[in-house]
Amino acid sequence: MYHKEKSIQVKNSASALYNNLGVLRIAPRHLTYFTVVHANVVNMVSASWDGLNYSHRQLQSKEPNVATSTSLIMQAAFCPLPSRDLLVVTSQKGIQMYESDGSIMVYWHALDTPETPTAQAVFARGISAVRESYICVGVSSGAILVFDVPIKGSNITLSEVLKEHKESITDIAPECSGQPGMECIADLVSADDGGNLYVDCIILWKGTVVAGYGTGQIHLYEAVTGILHAEINAHARWIYSLDIAPFSGLLLSAAEDSLVRVWHLTMTPETNSVEVAHLHNECVTDTQICGAKFCDGDGYAFAVTGYDLSEIIRYTQS
Amino acid sequence: MSERTLPLVFINLGGEMLYILDQRLHALNTSDDNSEKGVWSENDRKKVMNDIVGTMFGKDFMDELLKPQQLYSHRTMKTVLTRLAHASIMRLNPASMDRLYELMVMAFKYQVLLCPRPKDLLLITYNHIDTIREFVKDTPVVGNKVDETHRKIIEIYSSLPEGEFQLLRQTLLIFFQDMHIRVSLFLKNQLQNPNGRFALSTSGPVPYGMDVPGLIRTFDRKGREVRRSEFPTGGSYTSPIRKGCFELHGDRVIRLGMNMYTVNHPEETHTSKAHSVKTDDTPNLLAKEELNLLARLMGSMKADDMPKTETGFQINLFTTDQEEEEEAEASSGAEEPLFGVINIQAMQDEQAATQLAQIAGQFAEGEEQPENLSSSKGDDLLAMMDDL
Repeated sequence: MYHKEKSIQVKNSASALYNNLGVLRIAPRHLTYFTVVHANVVNMVSASWDGLNYSHRQLQSKEPNVATSTSLIMQAAFCPLPSRDLLVVTSQKGIQMYESDGSIMVYWHALDTPETPTAQAVFARGISAVRESYICVGVSSGAILVFDVPIKGSNITLSEVLKEHKESITDIAPECSGQPGMECIADLVSADDGGNLYVDCIILWKGTVVAGYGTGQIHLYEAVTGILHAEINAHARWIYSLDIAPFSGLLLSAAEDSLVRVWHLTMTPETNSVEVAHLHNECVTDTQICGAKFCDGDGYAFAVTGYDLSEIIRYTQS
Repeated sequence: MSERTLPLVFINLGGEMLYILDQRLHALNTSDDNSEKGVWSENDRKKVMNDIVGTMFGKDFMDELLKPQQLYSHRTMKTVLTRLAHASIMRLNPASMDRLYELMVMAFKYQVLLCPRPKDLLLITYNHIDTIREFVKDTPVVGNKVDETHRKIIEIYSSLPEGEFQLLRQTLLIFFQDMHIRVSLFLKNQLQNPNGRFALSTSGPVPYGMDVPGLIRTFDRKGREVRRSEFPTGGSYTSPIRKGCFELHGDRVIRLGMNMYTVNHPEETHTSKAHSVKTDDTPNLLAKEELNLLARLMGSMKADDMPKTETGFQINLFTTDQEEEEEAEASSGAEEPLFGVINIQAMQDEQAATQLAQIAGQFAEGEEQPENLSSSKGDDLLAMMDDL
């Protein structure tokens, strides 16, 4: 179903972090941006669709001052909004927002860090663009920071702090039905550290929540009611990444067990049911995968990163 | 990232260090004639182990480690571990310490990478503690320190949620990132590939608490299962491992963290760098926080735990520098260079190194070479190493 393409070489290897691959498709310029986090650095690659041009850039985590040690980055993700695309980078010290090509930092939000370290680690993780002009970022305290983003410029403001969760946020996802004008029942879904089943990846699509667990399972729930549609024993180790191609309903899951799996979700609105079928496997030998994303809304191609690997592996439908 | 990594790092790295020292000290014992001249006796080895374990599990040192704090650089870790090793009568030269550190780190990296569930990091730690307890079983004073530390670890870590352990593991994996030093023992047992990367299997038992992949279950709105289907997994998985014991004593079930080195095969502890050697990207300046930690750790290794009157014995645990150079020349005709390019250190780096040396030196007592070795152990050891 898919075959492997030429990999993109990256300056550093990928760190073992959830969702450690960002992808942004710039159709008008026939380019795709990729981001991979390595410790305190984000490696950006801009790849032309004809495969001939690659340009690289590195973004560092912002240090509050030189006396402290480097701040490790937890996540880097693109937030596509109707008016502009931003690149959000979260770390132990705060949240940085850049123009999507990484050229300018437009906003910095420092997290409250205590004077002496406490047992509870402080960091931000879980990034999502919501509706037309908001970016939500999760924090280790369990709060979700909601930032208001203007159409252009750097006048980004923290507009609200949601305090529903008590444990560290692991992932946040927006509703991505891919159908403009469709009524959104729920805007956002968030997952946290607590509970016996540890959710580390989450997606919201057409009113269905898809959650990836540390047990290697994927669960599908109806967002509004919480009713369980389906349960998949998908992987033999922790799931590190989930992605959906909103136009086709293809689902991508990747785990520490070296496997990437492609599934197909179908909704039956009449019966309010969801079906899931397995389509394809790819094994990245001797690698614990930490990021897997579709490169386009139909799922025609996807890209994968792995711990200690200095390349972005790509697959395309045959 | 996680603020609780240090205790686990020191116990596990320290444990690996003790396994290797135990093996190498036994190896130094093999001489064709069984005369008493210049060999490390059983008592000597036990003394070395007791001294190191006693310092490592000392209350003050452990209390410093248990404070929530960041995991700093390899340089800091190596400095403290060197000081720990020198809590005994052994004196390791820098080349030996470098090799020792590489072995310790690669072994722990392997264990962390293959750890089935994040919480099993504790089982790996307990495997190390169990073996350390064995090493010092004839010295109850030291054995008690080990037990006391074990209890503290159980108390602090047992109740952490799974997510915290995964964060801990991710922090450790960043620390080990890009290290691909080849270890003979791992290569021999096919745990590691020739390019230095570890082998990850897609078959075997799944971790405790997980289900074997391959099943999709669909439910109706009332929660009743309406369909099951299977899918090909691309691996061959079997039912979960049993649960390991997280108490002071018990069957840990997981074998990661147990002593892999056998006494009879010293060549197992040979290392070589893989083809592409990563250059050290860590910042040259040691952050103030890091220096503070170093000072506190050094200070907490009690002076009266250090042997005052005994002379230290210099040993090369591994091949000497000269032999390494010869090896490098010999293999330069081979496809892959064994050793990478050495970076010329910038001024700032020298400053940091001097600072470290000063801190280490501050707490060293009676470090100068004894004029007259009362026994000929030192000289003969060096001579024996040259013969290897």
